[in-house]
Amino acid sequence: MKKIYAHPESLIKVQTKYCAGCGHGVVHRIIAELVDEMSLREKTIITNPVGCAIWADLYFNFDSVQPAHGRTPAAASAIKRILNDHLVICYQGDGDLAAIGMAETIHAANRGERFTTIFINNAIYGMTGGQMAPTTLIHQKTATAPLGRDPEFPAGMGYPIKVLEMLRTLQGTTYLARGATDTAAHVRQLETYIRTAFEAQMAGYGSSMVEVLSPCPTNWGVSPVQAVDIIADKMIPYYPLGEIKNTLPDTFRKKKEGGAL
Amino acid sequence: MNRDRTVLMKGNEAIAESAIRAGCGAYFGYPITPQNELIAWMACHMPESNRIFIQAESELAAINMVYGAAGTGIRTMTSSSSPGISLKQEGISYAAGADLPCVYVNMVRGGPGLGSIAPAQSDYFQSTRGGGHGDYHVLVLAPKSVQEAADLTYLAFDLADKWRMPAMILGDGLIGQMMESIILPEYKEPALLPVKSEWSVGHMNQTHRKPHRITSIILDPEELERKIRSRYERYKKIETEEIRFEEKNCEEADVILIAYGTAARVCQSAQQSAAGQGIKAGLFRPITLWPFPYAQLEQISQKGKPILVVEMSMGQMIEDVQLSVHDKVPVNLLSHAGGVIPTEEEVFERLRSIVFGGTK
Repeated sequence: MKKIYAHPESLIKVQTKYCAGCGHGVVHRIIAELVDEMSLREKTIITNPVGCAIWADLYFNFDSVQPAHGRTPAAASAIKRILNDHLVICYQGDGDLAAIGMAETIHAANRGERFTTIFINNAIYGMTGGQMAPTTLIHQKTATAPLGRDPEFPAGMGYPIKVLEMLRTLQGTTYLARGATDTAAHVRQLETYIRTAFEAQMAGYGSSMVEVLSPCPTNWGVSPVQAVDIIADKMIPYYPLGEIKNTLPDTFRKKKEGGAL
Repeated sequence: MNRDRTVLMKGNEAIAESAIRAGCGAYFGYPITPQNELIAWMACHMPESNRIFIQAESELAAINMVYGAAGTGIRTMTSSSSPGISLKQEGISYAAGADLPCVYVNMVRGGPGLGSIAPAQSDYFQSTRGGGHGDYHVLVLAPKSVQEAADLTYLAFDLADKWRMPAMILGDGLIGQMMESIILPEYKEPALLPVKSEWSVGHMNQTHRKPHRITSIILDPEELERKIRSRYERYKKIETEEIRFEEKNCEEADVILIAYGTAARVCQSAQQSAAGQGIKAGLFRPITLWPFPYAQLEQISQKGKPILVVEMSMGQMIEDVQLSVHDKVPVNLLSHAGGVIPTEEEVFERLRSIVFGGTK
């Protein structure tokens, strides 16, 4: 009999610290399955962020490097250039990537660094307790925007940043896609995006980033089921799903349409 | 390039070339005066030996590239000057907390803030007390010449690897900018570089080992305390094994000059002119600023001779001198700040007034 479903070898069998309904677990699972599928567990390095996924190194069964808050792309740049036949995954949240680490994000992308960023966008700071993130939606309430995010002055809280749309202007980027974890169909689509990014990286293309619209029921103050609805009703209309940029060669794309490499 | 070993070079260039010869495999920098020749040398000569060079977008990025590179076990370095080193302190603290060997260079300029671009020694406290947040030390080596800048850079890579911690070259604008004839160290055979595979990341497929985690996070306070205490046990060994200093004529002296780096160069000249005038001045020059030669200075103070500390700061190393000699002997200070270099004449005058008295 053929085993068709098992716990991925790239994921350690432990209970995670993530809250009920959190999207990190789904994304961890997708990454682990793909790393297994590509037989890269022993050639993968994840740079984990500061934020809820600070614990990613407890869950992934491969090497990890934990840099300072927001500096993950800088460390990943160096690691990938040195270990250029390894799969380097830069895992970041919205505060890490789009606030404190925006400079590192933009410049690593602009240099065309050949690692893949997995960008978890849950529109809020999770670990520190629900403060406003650069991706927090207009009118969304947070611990530091108690009346809702208000871009108008005197509040002057700015607008939610569409990171991929901003990065697509940079010549160093080759593959930018946005997925979500709210439905099974979207999870499967997300897996395709991440697979494409990983395969592009291993084929020497850079830079690649997959953004994930991911629920944070705890800090949104809703149930896990309601959180899924928020992604569908509020986030996806503002942050459209799909490949925002794909300049990978046609041969590569044709292969993609035919399924997994 | 000129591969001869005897060359006329700027301090910044000598450090860069020495790092390449020490086996530095990855350099990450950001421009700042007065260390720009260093990054320029690396931009030219790292790629030609198939090594990694990145001009980072900021000092923060550069030091975190060093952090990532160090995690792979490669020899790696960054360089900057005072304001840039303040920015790098975040990454240095993380490297110390993750026990990562790396080398960084500070060509100190006058501070605080943007300050000046002239040579200064006002980053002594920052360098010798860790510099960033948390309990830790970094090895601090202070060259007085271009030759020593090259030699100490070569040594810094070995020490960083030996003790698994960051090592710093603390120079100043003068050390970086002046040219001297030097003999460069030999190329270190790549095969002789230390193997770090027992903790570094990458190449897991070769040994099928368990995953390695480069991190400084330990949330359990008691566990973190144990980790820090074990690191401090290592520091204690360093404090006995790695102290380096230069001592000249301290035995017979009537007065002891204490200075490091450029200030020590000035003191050397003052010592000679004092000798010409019949003043016996000794010179004690710490080469490692951490670990600091407390015991050696304490020994010298047993003779009861007065001390003159000469610093290009408002007086920072003098606190370590006082910790060494307690109140046994008078400790005088000749200080300049902001990038002003003391002159041989004023050091000599102070020596004269200490030995013969008088107000001059």
